[in-house]
Amino acid sequence: MAELRAEGLTLAYDGTPIVHGLSLEVPPGRITALVGPNACGKSTLLRGLARLLRPRDGMVHLDGQAIQRLPTKQVAQRLGLLPQAPIAPEGITVADLVGRGRYPHQSWLRQWSREDEEAVERALRATRTEELRDRPVDELSGGQRQRVWIALALAQETGIMLLDEPTTYLDLAHQVEVLELLAELNHAQGRTIVIVLHDLNQACRYADHLVALRAGRIHAEGPPAEVVDAGLVREVFGLECRVIDDPVTGTPLCLPLAAGRRRRNDRVAATTPRGAE
Amino acid sequence: MTATAHRRHSRRVTLRARGRGRAPELSARLDLRVLAVLAGAAAGILAAFVVGVGHGDFPIPPAEVLATLVGQGTAEHEFIVLELRLPRVLVAILVGAAFALSGAIFQSLAQNPLVAPDIIGVNAGAALVAVSVIVLGFPLGLLAPGAFLGALGAAVLVYALSYRRGLSTYRLVLVGIAVNAAIGAGISYLLTRGEINDVQRATVWLIGSVYASDWGDVRLLGLALLALVPAAVALGRHLEALQLGDDVARAIGAPVERARLALVVVGVALAALAVAVAGPIGFVAFIAPHIARRLAGTSGAGALPTSIAIGALLVLAADIIAQRALAPTALPVGIVTTLLGAPYFLYLLQRANRLGRAV
Amino acid sequence: MSPPPRTTVAEEALPAAPPARPRPATRRPVLEGPLTRGAGLAGATCLLGLCVLASLAYGSVEMSWGTVVAAFTAFDGSNEHIIVRELRVPRTLIGLGVGAALALAGALMQGVTRNPLAEPGVLGINAGAALAVVLAIFLLGVTSAGAYVWFAFAGAAAAAVVVYALGSAGRDGATPVKLALAGTVLAALLSSFTSAILVLDVDSLDQFRFWVVGSLAGRDMGVLVDVLPFLAVGIVIALAAGRALNAMSLGEDVARSLGQRVALTRVVVAVAVVLLAGASVAAAGPIAFVGLAVPHAVRIVVGTDWRWVLAYCAVAGPILLLGADILGRVMVRPAELEVGIVTALVGGPVFIALARRRRLASL
Repeated sequence: MAELRAEGLTLAYDGTPIVHGLSLEVPPGRITALVGPNACGKSTLLRGLARLLRPRDGMVHLDGQAIQRLPTKQVAQRLGLLPQAPIAPEGITVADLVGRGRYPHQSWLRQWSREDEEAVERALRATRTEELRDRPVDELSGGQRQRVWIALALAQETGIMLLDEPTTYLDLAHQVEVLELLAELNHAQGRTIVIVLHDLNQACRYADHLVALRAGRIHAEGPPAEVVDAGLVREVFGLECRVIDDPVTGTPLCLPLAAGRRRRNDRVAATTPRGAE
Repeated sequence: MTATAHRRHSRRVTLRARGRGRAPELSARLDLRVLAVLAGAAAGILAAFVVGVGHGDFPIPPAEVLATLVGQGTAEHEFIVLELRLPRVLVAILVGAAFALSGAIFQSLAQNPLVAPDIIGVNAGAALVAVSVIVLGFPLGLLAPGAFLGALGAAVLVYALSYRRGLSTYRLVLVGIAVNAAIGAGISYLLTRGEINDVQRATVWLIGSVYASDWGDVRLLGLALLALVPAAVALGRHLEALQLGDDVARAIGAPVERARLALVVVGVALAALAVAVAGPIGFVAFIAPHIARRLAGTSGAGALPTSIAIGALLVLAADIIAQRALAPTALPVGIVTTLLGAPYFLYLLQRANRLGRAV
Repeated sequence: MSPPPRTTVAEEALPAAPPARPRPATRRPVLEGPLTRGAGLAGATCLLGLCVLASLAYGSVEMSWGTVVAAFTAFDGSNEHIIVRELRVPRTLIGLGVGAALALAGALMQGVTRNPLAEPGVLGINAGAALAVVLAIFLLGVTSAGAYVWFAFAGAAAAAVVVYALGSAGRDGATPVKLALAGTVLAALLSSFTSAILVLDVDSLDQFRFWVVGSLAGRDMGVLVDVLPFLAVGIVIALAAGRALNAMSLGEDVARSLGQRVALTRVVVAVAVVLLAGASVAAAGPIAFVGLAVPHAVRIVVGTDWRWVLAYCAVAGPILLLGADILGRVMVRPAELEVGIVTALVGGPVFIALARRRRLASL
């Protein structure tokens, strides 16, 4: 199983450091969620892990080797990334776009082998986009398009998948759809998944390992049930909330205390608080 | 060796050849529609070729043209066809191919259908040198090589000035505009200082013409295209990766910076070559890739060969029209490509606007 | 749900910057607050006055200050006095008018399209006006500036419509790059048409090649008088458009919700641009870069309040143009370099330096 590890990683843009000396070991075969307030460095960290950013200090290791020293094609065979708001070329069909994910397995002589064909089929099936295969990507809905991009990353057939806010511009139903798909890929195929999420509650539901970032450093990490409490939310997000057990999944559910005029003071005592108020 | 052809979906045919034992498997995927367009364009080029060679002060019927080409014609026809007209027709084809391929590469790289090699200063650099040679009275033998170097120089300048920790289309466009304007000022200056007959010749050059082509031009273009076209096609895979955006391209393992640089070099070389030989023939680099994309329905690597074919056909047809339209006056081919190409371009964009899609 | 709106121009300039990254503080303008800005404007006006004087005093014929003054106070019909009054005064006044007009036109275009690349030259409007003027002069035999200024307007208007339609085609509307490219295409097209016409007639080519460069030389007071009404109206509309542009700079939706009549503003500004660009081209030929560089430089000094930007542009534009003209007269004495050439040669590198900065003065 592919292993991904960051050691003392410092990432900067134009001289301004965003991530400071961060060390992280991505648990293999699990879903890891990176959460934190805006501009805490979660996207930057993801891009650093995906070798899209050259670190100013520290190193990223893939399967024990420094990622910068590995040929990029090899890295692409083990590590896949879905960036935010990707742009598809004009008029490209779903099948063609997913097919481009086979790039790291192709060469000038081997432009389209049987494995490529089958990998694309598998990817389309896993994301339930087979009926869309000949449609132009621009004509799809947001949720469908996102599934197609995930199919591209799947066709790449990597052990590790990194996704940068894949749910941000989707409505609730599509968000859940995408997250369920990722959970299925993780459970059924054992892929390691690292995902940046805005929604803390979704992260708690789906992640095996939660990493809370603040100002470019890890504030806390671990299973959501152990890590997320009102104290964490206050320290990381600056938000007062009550954390209860999600009635559906049992994972932590964060309920902000600020609620306009709708807050019901008398019923507050009926719920079980998690951690200090 | 076993070779198999699969037709999985309506448009694609996959060819696979598997070696015995441990020989590597070869495979390639061909798009039927692309092949159809290439075949159609080739037929068109052939027809235009015969017409173009047959036209002139001494019209030669097509049968005679074909006879002469295989060595069965009269001595008189041989002279006219082989020495006078064939070079011109061949140069038109090769120049069209070069411009179109260059335009296709840049449009794909920039992900923008309004881009042409000229934003990177190629035409301006060549024009500056060419106008200098004509107006300042340097030996005319220096014109083509000088224009080529001028084109390369301007492209390098624009690239260098816009490179800052990587290439950004936005900065490239800005710097291209500035360099074009500065060079344009230099050209205007020369045109105001020169003697009027020289200025007129310079203006004709600036419009683009294949009038004075000779076998030297054909050899030059032919050899260069022999090297550059396969290079461009070989880079087609990387081009497709780059189309997905830098992040995704890197994620799937494409050597982003190196591939982009290689493609830019090939694109610039093609455009510089074509401009040096024939001047900046307007709009071919814009229109040919558009038409190719529309016909072949693809913007990926398949768009490159189709652009080449359409570009060649376009310039050849335009030259024939230019010679015949106001007979006996021969117009420079650049006028025809501009007068026909530009309104078509506007129509394309207007249509795309209505359909809510970019071209 | 649709993908997020296009990143702003400034973000596009950064290589692959993700949206979540913290932004460094926007550069503060040099002058803030109405008092300092007012003082700056006064200072700039004094500088303009100096430029005017310099324009009268320096040129391809050297003469002393005393002579210049005497040309007004004690005119004696000498060669030098005639040069001052008949050549340099009209030249200076036209430079004042055209410089202000071009800078304001550029500022208006940048404000209403929220595009830092917009200016009459880059967006092909000058080329449209020039083509129309060529057609008027050489096909219809129109000879006076006052007459072909109408053609200049028509050409400028047509080009403005076309370039906006071109640049708006496609998924994400009129992004700065697309608008600039559309303008480049249009300018190339129009100048090709112009060349095509001229190459067929040597005499027209001979006259046109001097006009197309953009020059303040050889224009007499008659030219100024002909275009002055159009310049004046355009300048007044431009200076009054500041508040509207401030609202537009927040995006059309927000502007509408603030009560701004967006469509009307667009039309009025377009009319002003056409008047200003058309009159400038009619008077001095197509001059590039003034409309592009001056608003950028002004925004660096004064910030993004359009009322101040426009006021400063009206003063800084002539400073640039007269400065370029003086340079052109003095650099290659006794010959002259046309002002259009100087602005391109000087404006080009300045603009490239601006483009290489991390952010152009943002809108």
